[in-house]
Amino acid sequence: MPTKLEQLKLALQERILILDGAMGTMIQKHKLEEEDYRGERFADWHILIKGNNDLLSLTQPQIIEQIHREYLEAGADIIETNTFNATTISMEDYEMAKFSREINLESAKLARKVCDEIEAKDPSKPRYVAGVLGPTSKTCSLSPDVNDPSFRNITFDALVEAYIESTLALMEGGSDIILIETIFDTLNSKAAAFGVEEAFEQAGRTLPVMISGTITDASGRTLSGQTTEAFYNSIRHIKPISIGLNCALGPDLLRQYVEELSGVCETYTSVHPNAGLPNEFGEYDLEAYEMSVEMIDWAKCGFINIVGGCCGTTPEHIKAFTDGVEGVSPRKLPELEVKMRLSGLEACNLN
Amino acid sequence: MTQQVAVFTNVGERTNVTGSARFKRLIMNEEYEEALSVAREQVENGAQVIDINMDEAMLDSKAAMVKFLNLIAAEPDICKVPIMVDSSKWDVIEAGLKCIQGKAIVNSISLKEGENNFKHQAKLIKRFGAAAVVMAFDETGQAETQDRKFDICKRAYDILVNEIGFPAEDIIFDPNIFAVATGIEEHDNYAVEFIEGTRRIKQGLPHCKVSGGVSNVSFSFRGNNPVREAIHSVFLYHAIKAGMDMGIVNASQLAVYDDIPLELRNAVEDVVLNSDAEAGERLVEIAPKYSGMAQENKKEDLEWRTWSVKKRLEHALVKGITQFIEEDTEECRLEADLPIEVIEGPLMDGMNVVGDLFGAGKMFLPQVVKSARVMKRAVAYLDPYIEATKVKGSSNGKILMATVKGDVHDIGKNIVGVVLQCNNYEVIDLGVMVPTETILRTAKEQNVDIIGLSGLITPSLDEMVHVAKEMTRQGFDIPLMIGGATTSKAHTAVKIEPQYRAEGDKKGVVYVNNASRAVGVVSNLLSEKNKTEFLQKTTGEYVKVRDQQARKRPRSKPVTLARARANAAKLDWNNYTPPVPKKLGITEFKNVSIKTLRQYIDWTPYFMTWSLAGKYPRILTDEIVGEEAQNLFKDANLMLDELEVSGKLQPLGIIGLFPANRVEDDIEIYTDETRSEIITKSCQLRQQTEKTDFANYCLTDYIAKRGVKDYFGCFAVTGGLAEDDIADAFDVQQDDYNKIMIKAIADRLAEAFAEYLHEKVRKEYWGYATDENLTNDELIRENYQGIRPAPGYPACPEHTEKKKIWQLLDVENRIGMKLTSSYAMWPGAAVSGWYFSHPDSKYYAVAAIQKDQVEDYAIRADMSLEEAERWLGPNLGYEN
Repeated sequence: MPTKLEQLKLALQERILILDGAMGTMIQKHKLEEEDYRGERFADWHILIKGNNDLLSLTQPQIIEQIHREYLEAGADIIETNTFNATTISMEDYEMAKFSREINLESAKLARKVCDEIEAKDPSKPRYVAGVLGPTSKTCSLSPDVNDPSFRNITFDALVEAYIESTLALMEGGSDIILIETIFDTLNSKAAAFGVEEAFEQAGRTLPVMISGTITDASGRTLSGQTTEAFYNSIRHIKPISIGLNCALGPDLLRQYVEELSGVCETYTSVHPNAGLPNEFGEYDLEAYEMSVEMIDWAKCGFINIVGGCCGTTPEHIKAFTDGVEGVSPRKLPELEVKMRLSGLEACNLN
Repeated sequence: MTQQVAVFTNVGERTNVTGSARFKRLIMNEEYEEALSVAREQVENGAQVIDINMDEAMLDSKAAMVKFLNLIAAEPDICKVPIMVDSSKWDVIEAGLKCIQGKAIVNSISLKEGENNFKHQAKLIKRFGAAAVVMAFDETGQAETQDRKFDICKRAYDILVNEIGFPAEDIIFDPNIFAVATGIEEHDNYAVEFIEGTRRIKQGLPHCKVSGGVSNVSFSFRGNNPVREAIHSVFLYHAIKAGMDMGIVNASQLAVYDDIPLELRNAVEDVVLNSDAEAGERLVEIAPKYSGMAQENKKEDLEWRTWSVKKRLEHALVKGITQFIEEDTEECRLEADLPIEVIEGPLMDGMNVVGDLFGAGKMFLPQVVKSARVMKRAVAYLDPYIEATKVKGSSNGKILMATVKGDVHDIGKNIVGVVLQCNNYEVIDLGVMVPTETILRTAKEQNVDIIGLSGLITPSLDEMVHVAKEMTRQGFDIPLMIGGATTSKAHTAVKIEPQYRAEGDKKGVVYVNNASRAVGVVSNLLSEKNKTEFLQKTTGEYVKVRDQQARKRPRSKPVTLARARANAAKLDWNNYTPPVPKKLGITEFKNVSIKTLRQYIDWTPYFMTWSLAGKYPRILTDEIVGEEAQNLFKDANLMLDELEVSGKLQPLGIIGLFPANRVEDDIEIYTDETRSEIITKSCQLRQQTEKTDFANYCLTDYIAKRGVKDYFGCFAVTGGLAEDDIADAFDVQQDDYNKIMIKAIADRLAEAFAEYLHEKVRKEYWGYATDENLTNDELIRENYQGIRPAPGYPACPEHTEKKKIWQLLDVENRIGMKLTSSYAMWPGAAVSGWYFSHPDSKYYAVAAIQKDQVEDYAIRADMSLEEAERWLGPNLGYEN
């Protein structure tokens, strides 16, 4: 019996794997109110916590579970834990840093449980839990005080510490993969990668790591100013099983960067774009079929190995992707010339 | 953009306190702005990596390193290149690595303190994802001979690659460059040892690189820069040949090998290569002769300093340059009646340019923040003058800013805050996740003039509506500003503004689409003179937006094909006689000259091809892309001139006009006026979403049923069959520019031809508009009667219809244009379509259609349902 990691690697050679879709916009559909977020346990919490979606893993686990289930039934191979903002740093926005570990642990357990349940029905298709490490609400390479560009409101060390704690809890809860995603400041993600390696060392075992960055606007750069390839050069040292792009843009605007990445990256590539840009009312209205047309095209062009959705995508989207990429060969890994691949905001590859 | 660097990589060395007295003084005096300009100069002078070193006994090196790296992170001009963190102290290196988002280089580690220490540091560097310079230095000291250099590097390499898994390509060996011609015999061979050591390292240790501090080699000639520069170039010339990949060199102080006077070069060569024992003495002897040699003093590009002061301010704002801002601001102040006008005039204009560039994706966040800093500097300079005049400008005021409840995003809001402060507004920033109650309470307590709300995530929109409602309920009358990534004019108009609508100069909601616009909005809102008018104008705009919004029905319901047909456009055929074409049948156009057609060119799409945004002709004078647009325009016209003379490219076209009638949603095309024999029928599609005020259009609606004599036409044109050949010829010459150019031009010619033919058809061949007289601009805006929709485009989205045009006009035989198996036209620069003459005919989009219509269409077009669904894929309004 091959291990889960071996199965994952085999599967990646054979087909395009499906990642799940959005969590946040699925939760929004439930129109939860302050008291729903609080549940009994946090009924008397001293500040407002509506919007703390990750807390729902503790207070409304049935909702999170159901969303996971719908994605798995739609065909997702990999589901993401409900921990996008669960680091101590982001939780501090709600003065809930002390629950960070518990939220990470319980979220991973929830995802594990639903995966196991679906896998039991069809053991031939293993399902994977990706423990999610979000970007946090702070940026390590940008100053929040424009009068003092050398100021930082978070340090690398503080990020590393927070990420170690989250990673250990995600591992303990049964994650198969660690996914560092929605990276808009590469320095944050380098801290995450640093923390993950430290956590692996502490736990005495390693998991495959997925990396996913975010191109934030028409300039084609991350928020912290890096080009796609520069970002890739900055983060490839952790030897991730996949590197990809997610969020911020819809597939139309993201396409060129996915293509660029697929050409420069020697590991598997993933994408999970938004369902278009939000319309004037903040809704994402690129529908499943429309979006899948583009995603299937990327698959056929050989850009991608893993595909899923970010903001605004639903189980219907995932179903459309699953059906659409079935039988399409996954991207072949390119053989890259050995070079010193440095970067500033731009890539600098030395022959 | 990737920088692909071959041969030799230049590491800038001026940002090194041990190597540059100027940089050291700047850092010691905490003159960081100037210190940054040292770094910027290096990048501008061609450094591909910059080395940063703060090792100075009188300095808190770690703090200085962190501060400088953090500052650099805000300077895109500098931090676009990779950084080399240089220190002999490990804690300084580690602190530096924690500030760098890119992939950096550590300079340096070595076996000096034994293997354990070396391994520990190497492991950490790997975890930080950096490359490393490894000195040829071990427990017994620095390697001087080529054997020792190689042995130490080999030992380090084996540990790094085999024991730690450090990527070999991330190792840079520094096999120590020492001074030559010192007068000490043992030193004479140092350059040779380095060069030969390098050769062995590069051959024996795969993928690694070799670097070195080049200026060491000429140390004994300090004070005589021309000779030092000559030594550097000669040394590099040989070391690079041996395999040296990179070096710490001051790029602007390097002689060009071939420019070195022969006598000097020979003497230097002998020293570097240690040709004989007297080489050093010979160089020492002739050196003084060259010490006075005029040095080329490379000045930074200061041409912009010659511009008008307004342009200089704009340049400084766009580029984020603070260096001259005070003198330029002063110059403006002297010209202005009141100091505040400097802010309201030239500075604000500059900030608006920044805003436009940012909005267009041509600047990104760190640059905008830099611009704001320049602005702030200028305002700070003006402050005392403004105080003194007591004329604080009508626009001063107090603004409360907050990211609404449930939202923690505040980057945009912070920028708005800074930009406002730059303009002398007092900003009260309540931070993020601010409940309505807090916002409104603070607004009352502080007696603010405007409330600004920001939000990035979706639910924030509802929260803003809530704030607006509460403001009305609590009887506020100050304006409310809305901004943030998910907000929009439409949402503001439809959802927020009605909750807090302006009444004269009271209340009012204004959407601000980006930070640099904020000042304009605020100054209007706080100007007694402009406020009412501004609010009125804004309210008026929102009424329009609401109307548009109400008309827009993005998710209309589908209707059955029968219902759609029942709601067809009903043209009044009783009081209308379709015009009879003056010339029925087919006409070929094989001799229309480029000279004629170029007058019909719509140039705007040409610039779009080159990713320049803007409408022609305005784009030619565009501030940003104007210069580039002019070059492109000039080159296009030169090529057109050339083609006109050479005749290499001959545009070809063909039209046909036929008797035709509609039968349901098909158009039957007849051989002659007897209308007894059908050549083919064109199958059209009908809009199939629920319409209230409009018809469910189908192109057939514009053609009369049998009984009325109606006509219908089609055309095909190409820019010329030789397009590909000409492009290939450019390709062979590796001339991508012209290769793209010829295609872009052929494309324009095809479009121009289609426009030209349509005019010919209207005025002559069909002749229903004989007295039409339109300018090219009016043609582009389609101010004429009749349409020419193209198969594959929104009004008739099904591509296989093109084969009917080919059949009707015998296109391939007559003018050589072809259809591919997927119904693309060859050559690429081609247009084909249908002609409709009815005055009511117009373009629209068929959009989503339903299965009943697709089934019907399949039968009409004689294809299987699967085929029909395949061709109509993008229009299917159902799952198939």
